[in-house]
Amino acid sequence: MFSFVAKRLLGAVPTLFVIITIAFFMIRLAPGGPFDSERAVPAEIQENLNRVYHLDQPLIGQYWLYLKSVLEGNFGPSFSYKDYSVTELIWAGFPVSMELGLTAVFLAVIIGGGLGALAALKQNRTADYTIMTAAMTGITIPNFVMAPLLTLVLGVYLRVLPVGGWGNGHELKYKILPVVALALPQIAYVSRLTRGSMIEVLRSNFIRTARAKGLSEWLTVTRHAARAAFLPVVSYLGPACAGIITGSVVIEQIFSIPGIGRYFIQGALNRDYTLVMGVVIFYGVLIILFNLLVDVLYGVLDPKLAHR
Amino acid sequence: MTASQDLPAWKTGHQGPLLVVDQLETRFATPDGSVSAVNGVSFTVDKGETIGIVGESGSGKSQVLMSIMGLLPHNGTSTGSVQFDGREILGLRREELNKIRGTQMAMIFQDPMTALNPYLTVGRQLTEVLTFHQSMNPALAREQAREVLEQVHIPEPGKRLDMYPHELSGGMRQRVMIAMGMLCRPDLLIADEPTTALDVTIQAEILDLLAEQQAVTGTAIILVTHDLGVVAGLCDRVMVMYGGRIVEQGPVRDIFYDPQHPYTRALLLSMPRLDDDLSGDLPTIAGQPPNLARMPPGCAFAPRCGFASDQCRISVPPLREIAPGRAKACTLDRLVA
Amino acid sequence: MSVTPFDAASVTMPAEGTSLWKSARRRLVRNRAAMGGLIVLTIIAALAILAPYISAHAMDDISWENIGTPPDWASGYYFGTDSNGRDLFARTLYGARVSLMVGILASIVSLVIGVIYGAVAGYLGGTVDNVMMRIVDILYSLPFMFFVILLTVFFGRNILLIFVAIGAVQWLDMARIVRGQTMALKHREFIEAAHAFGASSTAIVRRHIIPNILGPVMVFVTLTVPQVILLESFLSFLGLGVQEPMTSWGVLISDGAREMETAPWSLLFPATFLAVTLFALNFLGDGLRDALDPKDR
Repeated sequence: MFSFVAKRLLGAVPTLFVIITIAFFMIRLAPGGPFDSERAVPAEIQENLNRVYHLDQPLIGQYWLYLKSVLEGNFGPSFSYKDYSVTELIWAGFPVSMELGLTAVFLAVIIGGGLGALAALKQNRTADYTIMTAAMTGITIPNFVMAPLLTLVLGVYLRVLPVGGWGNGHELKYKILPVVALALPQIAYVSRLTRGSMIEVLRSNFIRTARAKGLSEWLTVTRHAARAAFLPVVSYLGPACAGIITGSVVIEQIFSIPGIGRYFIQGALNRDYTLVMGVVIFYGVLIILFNLLVDVLYGVLDPKLAHR
Repeated sequence: MTASQDLPAWKTGHQGPLLVVDQLETRFATPDGSVSAVNGVSFTVDKGETIGIVGESGSGKSQVLMSIMGLLPHNGTSTGSVQFDGREILGLRREELNKIRGTQMAMIFQDPMTALNPYLTVGRQLTEVLTFHQSMNPALAREQAREVLEQVHIPEPGKRLDMYPHELSGGMRQRVMIAMGMLCRPDLLIADEPTTALDVTIQAEILDLLAEQQAVTGTAIILVTHDLGVVAGLCDRVMVMYGGRIVEQGPVRDIFYDPQHPYTRALLLSMPRLDDDLSGDLPTIAGQPPNLARMPPGCAFAPRCGFASDQCRISVPPLREIAPGRAKACTLDRLVA
Repeated sequence: MSVTPFDAASVTMPAEGTSLWKSARRRLVRNRAAMGGLIVLTIIAALAILAPYISAHAMDDISWENIGTPPDWASGYYFGTDSNGRDLFARTLYGARVSLMVGILASIVSLVIGVIYGAVAGYLGGTVDNVMMRIVDILYSLPFMFFVILLTVFFGRNILLIFVAIGAVQWLDMARIVRGQTMALKHREFIEAAHAFGASSTAIVRRHIIPNILGPVMVFVTLTVPQVILLESFLSFLGLGVQEPMTSWGVLISDGAREMETAPWSLLFPATFLAVTLFALNFLGDGLRDALDPKDR
């Protein structure tokens, strides 16, 4: 088990490296510097700023310095949020994004899995068609369309939920719309995935054996079919996480939620090099770790893969 | 074998044949039309008997079993009558059928690798039969599972209980399947090509095991196979199927030494024997099996039969008794070997 | 066993070329969802092309008297106006132009890159292929959205470069498919036989490789276009896509979301157009995939 994890972590290093390198050069080569939008700065102060932020060094030099500091865990100061370091910003925004994201994943698996299994059990009947049509809608309509529409109905017309904001971080009503909007595409995808997988499993020989043994349909489905049918869902958790991270950027923007995603967008719009870099690297690490976790989980659940 | 000899509550103590199948017909609804897999099959199985059903792929032999056990897919429907232990079970509600399946009637399948759940341990798949049907205490169930594994000659049965199917060899997996079927001491064991997926050497072991189980428990066995050799070793009576119908049936010896249906004879001739002269071509049956979606009006074998007459092609010859315990569906009076 | 002689002509003739297309077309036509999607797309494309001729006002015409007015047939503001007094109908149709153009162009870009990359990797095989595919694997595991955003920051808001940026990110799937096909075909004996009989490489490519790749390519394009349109709308929504006065559905939706409490139509119209287009494309793509490679659902 350890060698498996170690090998995977090692394999992740080049990926991380590529992420850092691409992001670095991209943002540095972009036209417009971090201080362009400010009012005109006198020449010497400009020089000072450049020196402090190492902007006067050749590109390779900057890259090297950056790499070193990243390895020390220091992402540098944010260019746009003047008094804060990038690390502080990420640290502040992380719990919020984490709460949003994890809840969404949870909902995706529970609701998506449940609906998909239901659709499979009632295959080609009304329940199946309704669920699958809803799933199709959830997948096709992008979250930046769905979120405003949901807000329009629930926040403006029916006035049951606030249209944005996070409150003090503990109030449920601010969390419902963003979590739902974030989770919806994943719920839709997981339900389609589960349905397909369950249908296939229900056709398999070992389910026939379970029925031949006279086991109740309930037992056949929950004990025999479920574990096999849900394995693809576990596999999907990796891409699901990436999808939720991507989605959170939009959702946080729409609902003005103080999470990492919003910092990223602001950073991109303001050419805040260090902030954007920091977020990209942070997310990259997160995705790699999560994928690793999912692979381990899959290995545990599938006896054919479990290393003794 | 352990414990109680009391008859469980659901056994009716019915006298007479164990299984009576009468005019069983099974059809499947497909996008290409209705396919008839079983076309009016009737037979009986007495307590303790071993029946073999032979035929090519597509002869309907497996579908007969599925229909009896109620394991047809959504698009399959059966008509006719199947009486088990005096009780009509065709069309029975699933809850009622489940009281019989696994307890009085058990089935084992062709490929033990796919027939066993790869995600559950062997022990779990065994004990659940006992805990579900007999509400047995799990510890006791595990003990009985271990014992039954011993009875099918699996070494180190205690250890095997905690293993997964993929950790066992093919032969052992099939033994596990047999053990699983015998757990509740069924009156009838149905075996769908139990040896087809196994090595030849293992085949013999499995067949011996089946014979042994039968000797000990008195279970009746229906064995479906395309391999005549398997039938010869194990069965009392055999039914030959073609195109969804029984074309000949009778005691094994009679069928083998004096086949009275052209198809049976051709089938026996196409079996290579150890004492055959190896220089000539392997004899085959000319032609193709029938298209089950568009069956010919007469005898299904007529297009390939060397003895077919116009009468054969017009109407299906009924299965008629030609001697006590022997029957064939053919217009010919007598087929000389 | 005797060997039946065969000639070069029969080897260069496609074994099942024509009948595959005919049966595929039949299956596609029977698929009502796909046909519905095709019709809808044609309508939207027609509307987009005819935009300047059927809209009563120009898309960037600002009218101070008509800020945020609801839909009204008589005034020519069929979909109402936005917060700057511009005709939403015209802007929605121009948005259709942008989205459809981006979709097609970016898909073509990713198609070209993917086909070349995949064919080279598949044909050369060996270490070159290993390295190339490893690169694809690494790139595949990265969250694209971030890089597209970075790319748009890099390339600025030039619309043509946005096409290229999006296309440059979508080519990976096509590369994998083409590489697989090339490798499979490279090793098929009839290619070697065709060579041996003197059939020219172009004939081989034309008769054997192209028909085998064309199917997956068509499916890929129809399924990539909606992804690209989605990506472009997403960027525009965040403010990183097309710039004023050009508009796209993403921009309109973003503006509409801001105005939704007072002018809900400014959100509903572009949102509906985008959703309907995506649905149509997905149905068509699914239909094509089923037609070319029918499997039990």
